[in-house]
Amino acid sequence: MAILDKHAVLEKSPTLLLTFSLLVVTVGGLVEIAPLFWLENTIEEVEGVRPYSPLELTGRDIYIREGCYTCHSQMIRPMRDEVERYGHYSLAAESMYDHPFQWGSKRTGPDLARVGGRYSDAWHVDHLKDPQSVVPESVMPKYAFLSDAEIDSDHIEALLRTHRFVGVPYSDEQIAQASADFHVQADPDGDWDGLVERYPGAAVSNFDGQSALTEMDALIAYLQVMGTMVDFSTFTPDASR
Amino acid sequence: MADKKLDEETGTETTGHSWDGIEELNTPLPRWWLWTLYATIVWGIGYTIAYPAWPMISGATAGVLGYSTRAAVATDIAEHEAKNQGLVEALLAADLTTLSAGDDLHRYAVARGGSVFRAQCSQCHGAGAAGAVGYPNLLDDDWLWGGDIESISATVAHGVRNDTDDDARYSEMPAFGDMLEDEDIHAVVEYVYGLSSPDFDKALAEQGATVFADNCSACHGDTAQGDRELGAPNLADAIWLYGGSRETVEETVRNARYGVMPAWGQRLGQADIRAVSVYDAFLGRRRVDRLAAAICAAATPEAVLFAKRRRFGALA
Repeated sequence: MAILDKHAVLEKSPTLLLTFSLLVVTVGGLVEIAPLFWLENTIEEVEGVRPYSPLELTGRDIYIREGCYTCHSQMIRPMRDEVERYGHYSLAAESMYDHPFQWGSKRTGPDLARVGGRYSDAWHVDHLKDPQSVVPESVMPKYAFLSDAEIDSDHIEALLRTHRFVGVPYSDEQIAQASADFHVQADPDGDWDGLVERYPGAAVSNFDGQSALTEMDALIAYLQVMGTMVDFSTFTPDASR
Repeated sequence: MADKKLDEETGTETTGHSWDGIEELNTPLPRWWLWTLYATIVWGIGYTIAYPAWPMISGATAGVLGYSTRAAVATDIAEHEAKNQGLVEALLAADLTTLSAGDDLHRYAVARGGSVFRAQCSQCHGAGAAGAVGYPNLLDDDWLWGGDIESISATVAHGVRNDTDDDARYSEMPAFGDMLEDEDIHAVVEYVYGLSSPDFDKALAEQGATVFADNCSACHGDTAQGDRELGAPNLADAIWLYGGSRETVEETVRNARYGVMPAWGQRLGQADIRAVSVYDAFLGRRRVDRLAAAICAAATPEAVLFAKRRRFGALA
């Protein structure tokens, strides 16, 4: 038992035991932690993906608050049946500004990664208020209260700053205009040129059909942008990913 | 080995450790378990060579088999399309107006269109295409923008009143709440209500007919039969998109309605658009066929003939 005898040297000296333990843990650390530092190279660069507008970001927070992710995933997997039903499979870059991402793994309801533009705003209002009114076989709960919950922009600037802190590239201008953008996105009669310039492709609409700005507006603004940022008619994904 | 120690009781090797005379048995692992472990290690090494695995500075190793999930799904889709290539090409080339029920192409279009409909259209129009309040019923023969296959196809591809497609169907009824006096609104509502209901206030409706002629007939027509060119609904039948009660009609007159349908041409391929159009057109016909089958099953031959002449003469 020559090797075991040599091992006894380590077992009998606390200093040596600690040193060699550290070496073993280092190997594990290198294998598991080091790749995270060059994680960036696994995300292909995709044109069109932009940070969420203030109203969309607020809608995203409502989406998370209501636990939508417990029944809806946001990741179309690269399989024929999913691509035919939901559209182009999701790219990592499409959720690069999601903190945290909403990929999910549970589908009681359908995947929502490309739900943007798939339904009219009015359908979303009908459906969120009473899902069974449009899809009788649905088991989704009712979210009618969203129409009554008014929202204000008191904390929107801080919210954008927080996202900038974790790496979302909001510009100073975007943060300065956050409150104005927040309101004008739900006001088609307002001056929304700046909003669309700062957030290309943002849908401007009175989403919930009422004059007050409500959580319903914010949630629908978020739903309508999901999966619409990348133009797949001009984009060919890198085949080797 | 020379210093191998065996336990006297069991004959098994010990670890050599001894604590106050108590020694630890070193029972060997079962052979099958050990070989399974070695086999999985060998398999694991082989796997990381064959498939994408090791993270490197600028991406992962590709693996000698060159597998990628993206290539796999592309191949899968291509293979599936190749199987139906003949039918897909025929569907894209066919004059849909002359497609006859029963031939292979029609059967394929209906099957393909049916699955597209169930996945993409049923959320608004219903799984059975019967619609809901605000979302048109596709089973009846009342069409806002035309029910021939070319019109259906254009509506599916470009949608209605959306912001994403410049060729979307577009009509914009004014909100008459700000334009007409309450009295006139009540009168015209009574007139419209009376067109499809036997129980209404005749005097008020006559007054409303004048309001209608002045304000509504330009789009809805002199007899309120509607105009599919303009997307103006027929108001003279009993089919309603938002409901036909006096209250609902009044709400429509006051605020107008602007239903939106997405442009599916931006999401679906041309073959899917054509297939779902054929399916939509087929839905109406199938309903008539079902009715005929039900009557045939229940009646004598003479009655069937009579029923066919009376009910389906115009439809067939």
